[in-house]
Amino acid sequence: MNGTRLQRYGGLLLLALALALGPLFLQNGFHYNVAILAGLNAIVCIGLNLLIGYAGQISLGHAGFYALGAYASAILPDRFGFHPLGAMITGAVAVGLIAFAVARPILRLKGHYLAMATLGMGIIVSIVLDQEVDITGGPDGMPVGDLSAFGYVVSGNLAWYTLVAILLFITVWLALNLVHSPVGRALKAVHGSEIAAAAMGVDVFHYKVLVFVVSAIIASVAGSIFAHYSGFITPDEGSFIHSIELVTMVVLGGMASITGSIVGAVLLTVLPQMLADFHDYEMIVFGAILMSMMILMPKGLVPTLAGLFKGRRS
Amino acid sequence: MTFLRVTGLSKSFGGVKAVDQVDFTVKAGHVFSIIGPNGAGKTTLFNLLTGLTMPDAGAIILDGEDVTGLPAHQLAARGVSRSFQNLQIFFNMTALENVMVGNHLHTTRRFLPCLFGSSSVRDSEARTRIFAEELMHYVGLGDYVDADASALPYGALKRLEIARALATRPRILMLDEPAAGLNPAETAEIDALIKRIAEDGITVLLVEHDMHLVWGVSDHIMVLNHGRVLAEGTAEEIRANPEVVEAYLGHRARER
Repeated sequence: MNGTRLQRYGGLLLLALALALGPLFLQNGFHYNVAILAGLNAIVCIGLNLLIGYAGQISLGHAGFYALGAYASAILPDRFGFHPLGAMITGAVAVGLIAFAVARPILRLKGHYLAMATLGMGIIVSIVLDQEVDITGGPDGMPVGDLSAFGYVVSGNLAWYTLVAILLFITVWLALNLVHSPVGRALKAVHGSEIAAAAMGVDVFHYKVLVFVVSAIIASVAGSIFAHYSGFITPDEGSFIHSIELVTMVVLGGMASITGSIVGAVLLTVLPQMLADFHDYEMIVFGAILMSMMILMPKGLVPTLAGLFKGRRS
Repeated sequence: MTFLRVTGLSKSFGGVKAVDQVDFTVKAGHVFSIIGPNGAGKTTLFNLLTGLTMPDAGAIILDGEDVTGLPAHQLAARGVSRSFQNLQIFFNMTALENVMVGNHLHTTRRFLPCLFGSSSVRDSEARTRIFAEELMHYVGLGDYVDADASALPYGALKRLEIARALATRPRILMLDEPAAGLNPAETAEIDALIKRIAEDGITVLLVEHDMHLVWGVSDHIMVLNHGRVLAEGTAEEIRANPEVVEAYLGHRARER
């Protein structure tokens, strides 16, 4: 076992420990609520970081996939009698197919054009959710049924916390496997130099589409879990602002850093709760964070701090 | 034995014929050099041969197979690899990882085994790592195995590109100005490296301005000027060709 693998399993062990000890520090329902939301955001951000941080492709529309997953879990059981798990999986598959169909034309674009195209895609999703009042309840939102499986209904803070903690752990484990494999290296190569990646035999377009679809499916599943947890969803889950929040979490935590995505998601989920009085200025704070990160530490918190630590040791 | 046959290859950019009706053949195991003034179409020719640019006309026959118009990654799978004149290093990785990317096509890279970290992927990664380390030693970068690519000096980056290209296990290696910007000592190392690569049975296509290097390593030389083949032959024939001296070599013909 070499150093990087030791680090990887050490990191997973630490994460498991932190997640297991979490409830000791969560004293009331509000704490649990923040922790569960932070965990769900972290899951989405890990997927998004594979796209943005590793493969170097931007998306300003991932809240759209999150919302599609949420609405699949709201609508399919209610209207069509789906089992909640069946609805979640159907939503994820549908989102995967939509992402695949959208990715093919979109990912031929670069830089600002890609940002604009994904932005447009996210906005279309949120407009549809807003306008299709008969199906989605429109701007008023709609209630979501319980998440149940094998005769067990997930309810209560601890149960939801445990479920999200397990899902987060699995997501981190899978993401770490992926980034430490030829697939992860190919994604980083696409980011580093597309023409060199292609000349080395990496099918650049294939990997762009792959990571876009994977990150969309992760967002969809997290959206489904959120819907059941929250019990009520509105088109806001798919709003442009939510997409920007997710990207800010990824950028703050750190590009191409799984740990960074967890840190970014936790910080930017907790911060607005602590600054509840400033709720009206939330987007200004997010914008300021995004700008100052770009200027002061473009790599993000975790990689920058890790670099400092590494530099001091050697 | 002919390894690469190019016929009537042409590419225009907005009315400028960058590569114009170029024909040539490269024998297996040869070091085939392409020289010519800046803007003669050498890099465009490389981009056509490696699938980064699609030709307007002409054919590229690689070891008997028509590979015209295939994209870069498919040509890589057929044994075509290259280095870049303006470095295309993956600066977001370590030096070793750069070389490991070169081995991409020989790794276990199916999505699900990679996602679940299967033992076949772990074994493949271990093999890839060892192979990449060997290649870094082969090109003389043994000291930089664990370094970030961004920490390497310019001369080392040129060799890192060659190591990365060799990691694809190429049958033909195209080197685009591997000695540009290097001092004489570093150029001599590149000289020795090219000879070793050719001895290992890899056909080499070389674009280079350093005539000392070109005269020393080439089995065959082709001169491009304004996108067309001006002359072809051995080093002696090229040096003695008055048209080549006029268009490109000038005083350099006397350099040895």
